[in-house]
Amino acid sequence: MCSHLTEKASVSGSGKGAGGWFRLSHAVTYFDHPYHSPYEHTLNIDFVNETEGPGARVAVELTEESARALVACIESALGAARPAMRDRASVAPPERA
Amino acid sequence: MYRSMTAEEIRFTGDADDELNAYFARPTDAGPFGGVIVIHHMPGWDEQTMEITRRFADRGYLALCPNLHHRDAPGASPDDAAAASRAAGGVPDDRFLGDMRGAISYLQSLDEHNGKVGVIGFCSGGRQAFLAACSIELDAAVDCYGGFVVGDPPPGMPVNIRPLLHLAENLSCPLLGLFGQDDQHPSPAEVDELEAELKRLGKQHEFHRFDGAGHGFFAADRTMYRPEAAVEGWRLIFSFFGRYLAG
Repeated sequence: MCSHLTEKASVSGSGKGAGGWFRLSHAVTYFDHPYHSPYEHTLNIDFVNETEGPGARVAVELTEESARALVACIESALGAARPAMRDRASVAPPERA
Repeated sequence: MYRSMTAEEIRFTGDADDELNAYFARPTDAGPFGGVIVIHHMPGWDEQTMEITRRFADRGYLALCPNLHHRDAPGASPDDAAAASRAAGGVPDDRFLGDMRGAISYLQSLDEHNGKVGVIGFCSGGRQAFLAACSIELDAAVDCYGGFVVGDPPPGMPVNIRPLLHLAENLSCPLLGLFGQDDQHPSPAEVDELEAELKRLGKQHEFHRFDGAGHGFFAADRTMYRPEAAVEGWRLIFSFFGRYLAG
């Protein structure tokens, strides 16, 4: 079914879309019908900059299993990062939009 | 054999006099033809929806698929427009109905239109097909596994998504409902509840439930595709529209 449930977080960083690199403002996340993937529901993430129009978007569609594996990878990568590597400006967690 | 047709993007006037685009597929011979409005699901104007629209033209209908996400991202690619619409909270019911009225007016303005209009929707489009049939005078409506027609939406759902069962008394036309027995939104119990209400109100309807099929069984490019249910479903759809949309 179309779940309509959507999570949105303010994020800082950059993404590369069809038009090249751009600064990100939000990550919009939902578990729902994909546009491209051949599955019923996927974990979909739209990395966007809301001030640059709908084309400023990097989209991924992952199976639930893949999405959970990605979460584990992200946690692992951040856990392995030495404190000296961390950019002080990026230390604060993203705010829920 | 196969019918000659054209398929192109057109502009029409929708809700609040906004101009929006639509995919319009039609036979090239003289007609007259019945009109079918194809209501896309939340992912929007994807390839499956375009193929479905052309299928109706091949069967002798003027088939119009409005881009309900147009306002959220004018000129954007369909997937970017769908994403922008979702981020904005989805398509409001009132705006959707205004766009439907505009789409009907567009069809009725065509010399080759026979005056009859039907709607068909899949998934969230199925819910919207039911909403349209209960709010606008139509000749036929097809609801393919539309969720959230019956029952309260779960917490966190956008306020746009509200149940519609109370509108059943206003159903303006015969309704064909196609559902998978393994679906949970709508569940078999929810389909039973909708059917019981239509019977209580004396509304003309025809429901079919497919064993071994869940949500989205018409989606040929997805794992939930069920060819037996889909082939029989298409036969039922064209039989139904043939009865109510002929000139």
